[in-house]
Order: sequence, then structure tokens, then C-alpha cells
Amino acid sequence: VKIFATYNIKGGVGKTTAAVNLAYLSAEDGYRTLLWDLDPQGAASFLFRIKPRVKGGGKALIRGTKTLDGAIKGTDFDHLDLLPADFTYRNMDLLLDGADKKPTRKIAQLLRPLAAEYDHVFLDCPPSISLVSENVMHAADVLLVPLIPTTLSVRTLDQLTEFVAGFNGHRPEVRAFFSMVDRRKKLHQEIIKDLQAERAGVAATPIPSLSLIERMSVERAPVTAFAPRSVAARAYRALWSEISPASHGPARS
Amino acid sequence: VTTPGLREFVLEPAAGAGDLPAAALAALAEAFTVAAERSGVGAHRRTWLDTFDWRLYRAGLTLEFEQARRGGRLLLSKADGTPQAEQPVTSWPRRPVLPEDLPDGPVGDRIIVLIRPRALLPIVRAVSTATVSRLLNADGKTVARLVTERVTVTSAATADGTTAELPLRLSVAEVRGYPGQARRAASLLAGVPGVAAASQSEFIAALTALGRHPADYSSGVDAEITAATPASVAVARLLLRLLDTIERCVDGVLRDVDTEFLHDFRVAVRRSRSAIKLLGEVLPAELTSHYATEFKWLGDVTTPIRDLDVHLLGFDSMVGQLVAASSADLEPLRAFLLRRRAREFRRLAAALRSARFRAITDDWRKALLHVRDAPPKRRREPTAAALALLTTERAFRRIVKRGGAITPDSPPESLHDLRKRAKELRYLLEFFTPLHDPVANRKVVGDLKQLQDCLGEFQDSQVQREEIHALADAMMAERAAPAATLLAMGEIAAKLTLSQAEARADFARRFARFAGPAGQERVRVLLGSDQ
Repeated sequence: VKIFATYNIKGGVGKTTAAVNLAYLSAEDGYRTLLWDLDPQGAASFLFRIKPRVKGGGKALIRGTKTLDGAIKGTDFDHLDLLPADFTYRNMDLLLDGADKKPTRKIAQLLRPLAAEYDHVFLDCPPSISLVSENVMHAADVLLVPLIPTTLSVRTLDQLTEFVAGFNGHRPEVRAFFSMVDRRKKLHQEIIKDLQAERAGVAATPIPSLSLIERMSVERAPVTAFAPRSVAARAYRALWSEISPASHGPARS
Repeated sequence: VTTPGLREFVLEPAAGAGDLPAAALAALAEAFTVAAERSGVGAHRRTWLDTFDWRLYRAGLTLEFEQARRGGRLLLSKADGTPQAEQPVTSWPRRPVLPEDLPDGPVGDRIIVLIRPRALLPIVRAVSTATVSRLLNADGKTVARLVTERVTVTSAATADGTTAELPLRLSVAEVRGYPGQARRAASLLAGVPGVAAASQSEFIAALTALGRHPADYSSGVDAEITAATPASVAVARLLLRLLDTIERCVDGVLRDVDTEFLHDFRVAVRRSRSAIKLLGEVLPAELTSHYATEFKWLGDVTTPIRDLDVHLLGFDSMVGQLVAASSADLEPLRAFLLRRRAREFRRLAAALRSARFRAITDDWRKALLHVRDAPPKRRREPTAAALALLTTERAFRRIVKRGGAITPDSPPESLHDLRKRAKELRYLLEFFTPLHDPVANRKVVGDLKQLQDCLGEFQDSQVQREEIHALADAMMAERAAPAATLLAMGEIAAKLTLSQAEARADFARRFARFAGPAGQERVRVLLGSDQ
């Protein structure tokens, strides 16, 4: 199993839309894919028309009285399942802290039994720096970081790269990509060009700011599913082909 | 996406031949929005396979070949649909497949021991098209799927290719995490008039639609007779049942599908001969004398092929016994046997296509039907029970007398003769099985079988040894026998001599067990228990 996590300290940067569309494309490629909506707001769950509710809440999952397996819901799409959000996830930091001797490794540990069932797991992480995000970074193989093209976001990426570099043992690969890009803004284009030249691991494909992507919340489906030939869908597909393991080897089916 | 076998229903034919009926849709609309699945599902081709004598079915298994765009797979499941094994195969032929030609894999490994030496035949072919509907909840989320399957089946066993349409099959497939919704959909469907829970597997439903029954062939003798059946009627029924087997096997013999068609054919012929000889007194005399000759002819024309089949079937185990010679040494013998078989087969085929054979089957059936359906003429005709008692007792007494006279110095012919008498008794016990107490019958048959095995080993070893000699002569004459092959054949002949001596040494004990005081008591109990 390969674990991808979308993460940014800031909210509203296109983190959930990326997780939802990339997970959809992974499933479409034939990978058995699970998306875990860790954000108590439940935006990803909403987009798949699945109620943001888990029996027993986050507590039961973290304490292990309920397994992740039992909370998983099938989406409307082949090979794609979702572990819904729950409003109790807002207290997950407290739960994680009280749970174990290794509070930063708990999510990785919970995911282990699902390794045989899925090829790809996507974690949609709530914004902030917290025990939850630290857990996610320890669990992930690839950290997907959406960046809005501003000078500040460059600093954010550097901080994150430095933080991850300080991990002992397993370190996720950090892959940044530009999100909500306005092609008409000259500043956006300059920042993109500079950062792609200066930093390793920045994807070549930017995700544009498009009203069709915002329409996802009306359609309640990934844009890659309801408008597969649109510019938006093509951008996600190009991004996926950059980060998908298929670009290094053949897909499963 | 779909879990096969989950909550299946069939639409009774009376409910209408159209697509998913309005009543079912209306019922589901109470709880769900029904939407068509975006991706269409193409035609799905399957072939169910089994041996002629239904060995897989009788073992509680179902085997199907499922065709995919490229290649396909073999699926083995239990009768209730539980998967047992699966194996990808590149293709599957329409002709019979012999066990030695099965592709290696988990399915092949599992079934080869069950079916050997019978061929796997296509029984029914099915083409199905499925329509998938999504059942949505109030949020527009798919919470279950309804699969409507239209299946056309074709009989693969008969040349006419009978086709039938199965009742429309509906199944509810669960979406992960929404088991309650699938249950709800199923209970709504169950309440629709004309929709019934599927009680049969698709294979059985297909056979039923084609007017066939599973396990509709067996080489056994299971004629419908009771103790009170008039003896002539019982014997006619018995012989008609044997004639059925003969006729059902002819096609497989002529197409040379596998060796067991001829074997079953010959057993039915031998049983018919024994029945004519031992029970024929209740039939018109001119009938029995004519058909005794005809069935002898049928036995004789089929013997050479069967002898060659026995050699070939046992070839590998024979090779495995070689100590001095190597297996390659015997290959010329195998080639010789196969050549000879091809030649003999042409003779056999000619005999089975002859007017003489047709006359046997047609006229014999007419004559037997006449006896079976004739109004009782003689007022005091014996019953089947009386005939069974008389003939079985007579056959047993004959064995006791002749076997008791055999000493270590007796010639081999005395044992060969006893073998024939034992076989006659065995057939009588089989013919009258419905009249006997099953436990008492099993005890007598068990001991008799042990004695028959011993006598069979004794005679077969001798016959095979003589055949090996004759084959060696024939191969020499055709210059088809390298020295190494002859030496290996000599080794086989020596082994056969040893087996025969062992069987001879074992005879006294086996005979005493069957025909001694305890054995006689078992037969007395058996015959005394008849009503």
C-alpha cells in the first residue's frame, strides 16, 4: 500500500478537492483506493454524498474499540472507498495524546491492517499544525502540498520540508503543487516559475482556479467524474500522472 | 462491485416477459430513487462442465468456464455457490477434454482425481446480459445496486442445441457500509407479486429450462421393481433399464470421448446376458435363445478395444513398477497399443453402425415392452420376490459347491469358472437390490466383492501375462520391438506372475470368509428378510 496525504497548514487552498480528484483517478486506474476524510468539517465526505458520521466517533477508532474496516463506506465509483469524517475528529489531538506511548505513530498503526485490502490510501488532513498532522506525516509515503502562488506559501513549504527532514527513520517524500492558480496574474506566473526552478519536488502541473472546480459542491462528485474532459479534470489527470506510481511502473489493472 | 449470489430472485414467467417489471420498480421507489448505471454491461458467456456420469455434480461441485475478452477462467464452486477454486485458462474447447489434457492449476488439481478417466464435457452454455440499476438514498448516494440478468441457455450435450430463456434473474448487490439498505431493497422486492426468492442455482435452473435433470445418467441397475411385481414384468423392466444404458453410451463410444462409455456399455451387455441366462425362464423361450446369441456377439466385438484400453489406462502404473528397465524402454509398446487400438476401433465402429446392432436394440426393446405391458396371462405367475429367492439361492449354492471343491492342486480354470459364478451372483444381488434389506445386502456384497477381487486378480494377471507374450510376438512380427522393450515387457510379465501367485495364496481365506458358516448365515439372513 502507498499512502498519500494532502496537507497544508492553511485552509482553503484546494487540499480537499485535490484529495478527492486524485483518489478518484487512482481508482479509475484500477488501484483499490481508500480516502480517509480526517477533517471534522467533512468536506470530502460531503462531496461523495456520504454522511460525516462514524459509529463511536473518533474515540472508538483511536482506542481501537471499533476497527477502521467497519467504518468504511463504498462510494458510487468502482475501487474507491471512503472512511468518513466525524465531528468528534475535532478532538482528535486529545484522543491521540491520551492513546498510546507513541502518540505520533497512531494513525500509521491504525492503517496497517488495511494494507492488504488497498493499493492506495489518501489522507485528507485538516489544516493546522497539530498532533493529527504530525501523525499524518509519519504515516504518509508522499506528502502532497497544495500551494497558492504567494511569497508566504514559499516560506510554508520550506518550513514543512525542514520539519520532515528532522524525522527519525521513515520520512515522507514532499511533493508540492500549485493550486488555485490564476493564469492572468503575472505574479502567479513568476512565483511558479521561480519556485519550480529553485526547489526540488515541485510538480510541473498547476491546478487552475476554475468555477467548475467550485461546482463540485453542487454536483457532489469529483470534477474528474462529472466533467472528465474539462480543463479542470485534465489538470488533475496531468498532476496524477506526475505523482502516480504508474509513472514509475505499470498499474495493477 | 457486486457480490454474486447475494439476495437473488427470479421473476416468475407469469409476471411478464418485459424488462424489470413496473411493479418491482414501483416497490423500490418507496425507499429509493432508481437510476440507470452509467457503464453498460456486455454479454457474459459461460459454459458449465461435467462428466457424462455427473461426477462433479454428485460430489456437490459446479464447474464453469467463464469467457472473458481474452481467455477466461475456470470456476469451481459448491452447489450452494460457495467458491472453491479458480484458475485462468487461455481458452476452452467445445469438444470433450480428457483429464490428462486439463491445464495445470488449482481447479485442475482439485477435480482430476474425481473425474479420471472420464472426459469433461460441456453440459450447458449460457449467454447473459445484465442491466445494472443504482438505488439512491435521499442524498443521491448509491446505497445498493439491482442487477437484472437475462440468460439464454443452450444444451451442449445434445446435437440439436435446444435453447431456452431462463426466468429473469434479479439480485441486489450490497454497497460497502450500507448492508441495511440492501436488506431493505431485498425485502421490498420480495413483496412484489411474481418475484420469488431464487431457490435453484443458475446451473440447475438452466437444466430445468432445457427439460433435463442433473445426474440423469448412471450406469447402475435401478429398475423399478417391488416384491409383488410379476416376475416377467420385473425382468423386462430390468432388461429395459440395461438397454437404456447401452443406447445412451453408443454415441460416446462411437465418438471415442473417453474409455468409460465402452466400459459402461460392456457392463450393461454382460448384465443383460446374465439376466437372460439366470432369469430368462420367465420370458418367452424363443426370445431368450435369440438374444443370448446377439448379446454374446456384442460382448465379443467390444472385447479387443476394452483389453487395449485396460493396458493403456494402466500403462503409467505399469511403468512405475519397473525395477531394471527404464520407462523409455516401454514407449514402443505404448505406440504399438495405440496403433492397434486405432485399427480395432474401426472394426468396433462398423459393428455398432451395422443393421445387426440396430436390430438388437430396436427389436429387443419392442419385445421387452410387449412383455412388460402385457396383461397377466398365467394365473399363478411367480412374483419378483419368489424369482429373486430361487435364483439367488441357486447361484450361492453353486459357488459354495464349486469353490469348496477347489484345492491347491486344482487347475486355474476352476478358479476362472468360479469367478464367472461369483459375477452372476453379484449381478443377481444388484438386480434385486430394491427387494433386499440394505444392511444385510451390504454385508453379503462386501464379502463377495473381496472374493471377486481375489479371483479377478488371479485371472487378470494370467490373461495380461499371456497378452504381453502375444503382443511381444506381434511386435516382433512387425519389427516394432527393440530388445530393450522386450526385456522391459519380460519384467512386467514376471511381476504379473508374482501377483497371480499372491492371489492364489489368498484364495482359501477369502473363499472361507464368503462361503463358510458365517457367510452362509449372512446369505440366509438376506434371503430370509425378503418380504
